[in-house]
Amino acid sequence: MLRFIALAAAAALAAPAAWAQDTVKIAILGPMAFAQGENHWAGAELARDEINGAGGISVGGKKKQVELVRVDTNEIQSVTDATNAMERAITRDKADFVIGGFRSEAVLAMQEVAMDNKKLFLGVGAADAKLGGNVEKDYNRYKYWFRVSPLNSPDLGKTIFTVLGTIAGQIRASLHKETPKVAILAEKVLWTQAIVAGAQANLPKMKMEVVGLWQPSATATDVTAELAAIERAGADIVFTALSGPVGIVVGRQMGERNMKAIAFGINVEGQKDGFWQATAAKGNYVATLDTYAEVEMTPKTIAFVKAFKARFHKAPTYTAATYDAINLLKESIEKAGSADADKLVPVLEQSSSVGTAANLEFTKTHDPVWGIGKTTGIAVQWQDGEKVPFWPQQVKGMKPFKLPGERQAKAEPAK
Amino acid sequence: MLQDILITGLVNGGVYALLAMGFSLIFGVARIVNVAHSAFYMLAAYCLYTLLTYTGMGMGLASLASVAAVTALSLLCYRFFIEPVRQHESAVLIATIALGLIFQELMLRLFGGHYLGIPNALEGVVTLLGVTIPYQRLLILVIAGASLAAVWFVLHRTRLGLAIRATANDLEVANLMGMDVRTVAMATMAISVALAAVAGVSVAPVFVVDPFMWLAPLVTVLAVVVLGGLGSLKGSLIGALVIGYVEAITVFLLPQGAFLKGAVALSIMVVVLLARPEGLYGVAFEEER
Repeated sequence: MLRFIALAAAAALAAPAAWAQDTVKIAILGPMAFAQGENHWAGAELARDEINGAGGISVGGKKKQVELVRVDTNEIQSVTDATNAMERAITRDKADFVIGGFRSEAVLAMQEVAMDNKKLFLGVGAADAKLGGNVEKDYNRYKYWFRVSPLNSPDLGKTIFTVLGTIAGQIRASLHKETPKVAILAEKVLWTQAIVAGAQANLPKMKMEVVGLWQPSATATDVTAELAAIERAGADIVFTALSGPVGIVVGRQMGERNMKAIAFGINVEGQKDGFWQATAAKGNYVATLDTYAEVEMTPKTIAFVKAFKARFHKAPTYTAATYDAINLLKESIEKAGSADADKLVPVLEQSSSVGTAANLEFTKTHDPVWGIGKTTGIAVQWQDGEKVPFWPQQVKGMKPFKLPGERQAKAEPAK
Repeated sequence: MLQDILITGLVNGGVYALLAMGFSLIFGVARIVNVAHSAFYMLAAYCLYTLLTYTGMGMGLASLASVAAVTALSLLCYRFFIEPVRQHESAVLIATIALGLIFQELMLRLFGGHYLGIPNALEGVVTLLGVTIPYQRLLILVIAGASLAAVWFVLHRTRLGLAIRATANDLEVANLMGMDVRTVAMATMAISVALAAVAGVSVAPVFVVDPFMWLAPLVTVLAVVVLGGLGSLKGSLIGALVIGYVEAITVFLLPQGAFLKGAVALSIMVVVLLARPEGLYGVAFEEER
């Protein structure tokens, strides 16, 4: 009897492993109780259903279905939880590939676990340059890491300064101010360091005056004092680098104070549909870098955004690029004829893929290549409850950027 | 800049005072360090959001209903979580930490980690000495003042207040004199949490509602009550203003260190603990006891 039970138990344990051989198992890692994780998962579900609906992934001539594993990293609250989640995805869930991550501090730690296990890790969420820097520093260990989205922080800086130059140009032309004043408002976390340093170095060269740097906590619930000081400094532009809820507080309190300055930069909360509600409709004119809008960034963008909205009743944010990551993986596996990570690395390095947000190619640090027509991201502005895309201006579907009420009124006769 | 610091510090101090008074009151009377105090404030904010969003209630009625619901919940929590372990201060501490975390996780499950917004009760801004202040923030200041006055009135002009003060002075003697100290403690808990709930519904429109919104104020409230003297209402008010001003001064004089404003408040708490462990008004409080 005991032998029978032991055999039955062994068979039960072996069954999922046998079944798993007919699938490509992909773990989607993200903070699932939060919007970032929800988008990770939603983008992945869309990709899985499309790929499986079309027959699956051809691995060396054999079709395999995509199997997703939902892994909650809880990384916004705990880096330890994130590394445990990665460990679990690899060792217990036996994922073939891992995709996702959001908070740079947590992704750096998760990267170590994935590299220990030589597991291909496609990053979709964290911007810190060190993640790619590791590939350059120790290629043999970190070659399994590729960043699909977003750009790394120095490249995000390039996009920001390009857009900032456009906004400053509008202020110069409309308000006849040769040297617009810029206040830097950046939360004090890892990913903002390179952007802040870049802003302090570049803005004066771009004929803008930096009137100060304010660094609230990412979770600050009140920035009254900071905004009062920024108003007092006479800033025309509030350059933001915010990923936490403080982004909502900044948008709301700027609106409540009827501030004349325009907020532009990175405001992760400002990328979400819920921003307008969260600011109680006070977040007008807040502008931020973003990834998705119904504009022709690539031939796939509009169709993807529409499909996402139809299924999930909200617009995708940048962590929904798990969709692109899974499709990139499919293309690479089919090209390599194998799901072996070591065989996939050179294929990914040479890949040139048309995604939903960008035409993705990788640098030697396994970061997306920056540039118009490659990966830049887009810029959007909240205008009366609608998130309006306004940059890159040459992309079909972009709309005009607006200055806050009084300034817009001054600007209009100048047109 | 001086007027910015004066006005910003006063407004922020008002918010902290509203939270710190309730925390201090329940400790002063029942020796309960209620770590879940700011979690009740978070629950009130969620309650208000839910009522406004899903029932179409007006702001006034929804606020009252939220305060009432959270106060009623606090009585249940007191009866089933705190009272059974009340004689053991460390157990009370642990029980209330657990309560706070339970509330946090419940809200996380029910509403997700989304940041929610509530419209202002009063729209518009006023400019005072060149400083822009939204009416909602002035309303918070008025509510803080009115709450303090109401608590003072209850404590000094009612029979319940007399019983609360007597219990605070000497629990055993109050018991021997025939007072129902259990009921007095429950009533104090209700008043204390009602103050937290009032703070929650007042500040929810200017802050962001999320499951972790109780943690930052908890740290600040601890700094306020240690500074003012645990158990002293007057100390809480003055402590709140001091912390409000210290934070404003930090941001205005050290903009690159704005994220340090919480750390500066905590440093003051540590310095006060080292130099004067009883806080600014702790001695008078001890003498009263």
